[in-house]
Amino acid sequence: MKIQVKVNGTLYEADVEPRTLLAYFLREELKLTGTHIGCDTTTCGACTVLLDGKAVKSCTVLAVQANGREVMTVEGLEKDGQLHPLQVAFWEEHALHCGYCTPGMLMASYALLQENPMPTEEEIRFGLSGNVCRCTGYMNIVKAVQSAARRLSGASGEAVGEVATSGTAAD
Amino acid sequence: MALPQTELRPMGKPILRKEDPRLIRGKGRFVDDILLPNMLHLCILRSPYAHARIRRIDTSKAEAAPGVKLVLTGEDLAKMNLAWMPTLAGDVQMVLATDKVLFQYQEVAAVVAETRAQAEDAIQLIEVDYEPLPVVVDPFKALEPDAPILREDKEKKSNHIWHWEAGDREETDAIFREAPVVVKQNVRFQRVHPSPLEPCGCVADYNPATGKLVVYVTSQAPHVHRTAIALTTGFPEHMIQVISPDVGGGFGNKVPLYPGYVVAIVASLKLGVPVKWIETRTENIASTHFARDYHMTAEIAATEDGKMLALRVKTIADHGAFDATANPTKYPAGLYSIVTGSYDFKAAFVEVDGVHTNKPPGGVAYRCSFRVTEASYLIERVVDVLARRLKMDPAELRLRNFIRKEQFPYRSPTGWVYDSGDYEKTFKLALERIGYEELRKEQKEKWARGEFMGIGISTFTEIVGAGPAHSFDILGIKMFDSAEIRVHPTGKVIARLGVRHQGQGHETTFAQIIAEELGLSVDDVVVEEGDTDTAPYGLGTYASRSTPTAGAAAALCARRIRDKARKIAAHLLEVNEDDVVWDGAAFSVKGLPGRSVTMKDVAFAAYTNVPDGIEPGLEASYYYNPPNLTFPYGAYIAVVDIDKGTGAVKVRRFFAVDDCGNVINPMIVEGQVHGGLTEGFAIAFMQDIPYDADGNCLAPNWMDYLVPTAWDTPRWETDRTVTPSPHHPLGAKGVGESPNVGSPAAFVNAVLDALSPLGVEHIDMPIYPWKVWKILREHGITE
Repeated sequence: MKIQVKVNGTLYEADVEPRTLLAYFLREELKLTGTHIGCDTTTCGACTVLLDGKAVKSCTVLAVQANGREVMTVEGLEKDGQLHPLQVAFWEEHALHCGYCTPGMLMASYALLQENPMPTEEEIRFGLSGNVCRCTGYMNIVKAVQSAARRLSGASGEAVGEVATSGTAAD
Repeated sequence: MALPQTELRPMGKPILRKEDPRLIRGKGRFVDDILLPNMLHLCILRSPYAHARIRRIDTSKAEAAPGVKLVLTGEDLAKMNLAWMPTLAGDVQMVLATDKVLFQYQEVAAVVAETRAQAEDAIQLIEVDYEPLPVVVDPFKALEPDAPILREDKEKKSNHIWHWEAGDREETDAIFREAPVVVKQNVRFQRVHPSPLEPCGCVADYNPATGKLVVYVTSQAPHVHRTAIALTTGFPEHMIQVISPDVGGGFGNKVPLYPGYVVAIVASLKLGVPVKWIETRTENIASTHFARDYHMTAEIAATEDGKMLALRVKTIADHGAFDATANPTKYPAGLYSIVTGSYDFKAAFVEVDGVHTNKPPGGVAYRCSFRVTEASYLIERVVDVLARRLKMDPAELRLRNFIRKEQFPYRSPTGWVYDSGDYEKTFKLALERIGYEELRKEQKEKWARGEFMGIGISTFTEIVGAGPAHSFDILGIKMFDSAEIRVHPTGKVIARLGVRHQGQGHETTFAQIIAEELGLSVDDVVVEEGDTDTAPYGLGTYASRSTPTAGAAAALCARRIRDKARKIAAHLLEVNEDDVVWDGAAFSVKGLPGRSVTMKDVAFAAYTNVPDGIEPGLEASYYYNPPNLTFPYGAYIAVVDIDKGTGAVKVRRFFAVDDCGNVINPMIVEGQVHGGLTEGFAIAFMQDIPYDADGNCLAPNWMDYLVPTAWDTPRWETDRTVTPSPHHPLGAKGVGESPNVGSPAAFVNAVLDALSPLGVEHIDMPIYPWKVWKILREHGITE
């Protein structure tokens, strides 16, 4: 079945089997291998991408369901060689170890901050509860999302940098 | 974009990770990301039965299915003498079943097709005629005289695998006969699974034109895998290149060689094209190495005033259908004899019996440090049982029995020589940080009001860094590890190690060690692991051995380079080598600090201006045979509140003080602790893999085998003390597994402490709410 999907701003046309899952379409057809597969029961969220701006588990969406829609993956976060503040924050707060959950965690965090730009710790923990991490114990992921939220809501880059630094030091 | 980290002397600093820039961009390279020309896909048909005779396998429909290139059965492998393969435990294991299956989800046949979906379709078309056989799931029943014999291939017609013991039975029994106080407790450490987020898989790429076999594989021990593949298949080792690319977590799950790897290799050898095999989560849980499954009985002999005298431990170990437990050859029960823990016992005797059941193989995995999880849980649980019997505060009982700091190096009654420790200092810090006295007061008030609050302690000793060549080997290969460092003419460095990280940050921490030793910045050093063609032979990363072994090798290798650099520096400074001093950043003339050359100057000279009699270049390698293991330790305290209505346990606080000697990167150590505590929490409250009487696996996926989310996971509080390892070149000890080793006992002790007004003596993990709810109801608490 022929589909047209915009992924990270680029329009792709492909002929896919109706049963092909979006996660495999992204990984195997488009070679966007940042999106990962960690389970077979829609539990882990390693495959999380944005579909028309909403976080979805791409292992539980058919590629044909993405026809005519927009997908954003982890590869679309960096713009013009500039890392997204969430990516910087994950790095600075040591919010990843093996890195396998990271792309899905970043996309889920991106969607969370779109909905709720200054979430509390509880809201972050609940908001990311569709994403499993086996390495970090989540604490630094919470810190990273908090740090990115401060940075994204800041008026100027410099002022935000200061807030983020003092916030980190206070923990 | 990169955050520059040019500072010198990086040891001990929270340097941001060098591996993160690719991982936050989705540019990691995990096994399933690898796409090769003409690559085919392999899927495995698995047994629906736990124990059954295979009467017939009909593969004709699968062979005719679209896209199918090859169908393999056990009979096909038997012709190549590959239906069975050796295990790390000295047993053998079926690759694809021939005459019978021994556990549910066991590998029976395989299909190679053009796409993953076609291979999945085709395995559904294979028809297998099974004759069910009686199933054994209970290891105690497996030892009964009339139990069905599972392993008909073995000479010994029994489900008993081995008996192993340590310590002095007679001395221990004598103390128990005289002791005024004896407590005894049965404790089960349930079967769990490490469940790394990335399941296991490989791409086997045999190229008939070059004769070379390249295997990309989720591997914690790529060199050992290369040797094991050579020994198993007979393929020459120099023509095998094992590449362990980015690994999405290991936790011990990715140490062994799995049947799927062997089948993919066979398929690639037969077809002459790359073959990819990636297992599903269900296959990962239901067939790859489980952890724990120890049925333990511990007794402590003590005096009335709380002096612990002797420890006696008897254990039944459920190893599943094949003994594939990843252990050093001489230790079938791993380092379980560390079970005397942090306490100065006069005598101890430990015995373990391994048993076959109709379950998947494994046992050693999931941050266990070779069964130290079981040992640590047991002793910390039973010390609490003794405290209860003596009506003594469990903190006080521990303080009375700790090995004192002046006793190190301390020889334990089972023969381990603990390197260093100051248990009292570390424990007192934990007590103080969490406010132990106030918590006990609060608890009394709560108990008086009929509320159940508990405080649980675990003061554990780890044993990591296997290990000295005199007693530690894997498949006969001594458990050294290695580093190879090359300094380029411009003073930039490439370093390769024999270990293989799975997220633990080696690319950063080993660069810190090398940069520190050579007076360079972390950005000057690239660290690589996992490619057996390029990295020096090592035994891999598991059991928290990387820092103790390869960390030591990296430091000593860098010091070898520094020794040569000093000679070149003397030549450049035109002085005698004895007059050259190294200050951590540069070589200078003794007494003339202004006259100096940096390591970069020396590196350039090593290629451009070498003094007579000195070989050009600046590089070295080092294979480090550790003189002993390292013994990190910790003091963990959990505070829990129990909901009387539901039985749910809320972890209100958890304070973890770890001591792993000198720290290379505190940020990374803290991250390791957070992750390990989260695993320990999951084990204590959520995780179990039960089997029903027919041998059906009841938790083969993440719907039933629970992994905690951010919502479930408590906030962790951490601190450290520093008691360096005297024998390690950096004074560093391993730490990765300490939090999983130490924490389950703290959680369980906290729950039992909370319920102590009811006189509950023990609850086996996982402590599901319904278990607590049932106990509360049995005691008439119906709120």
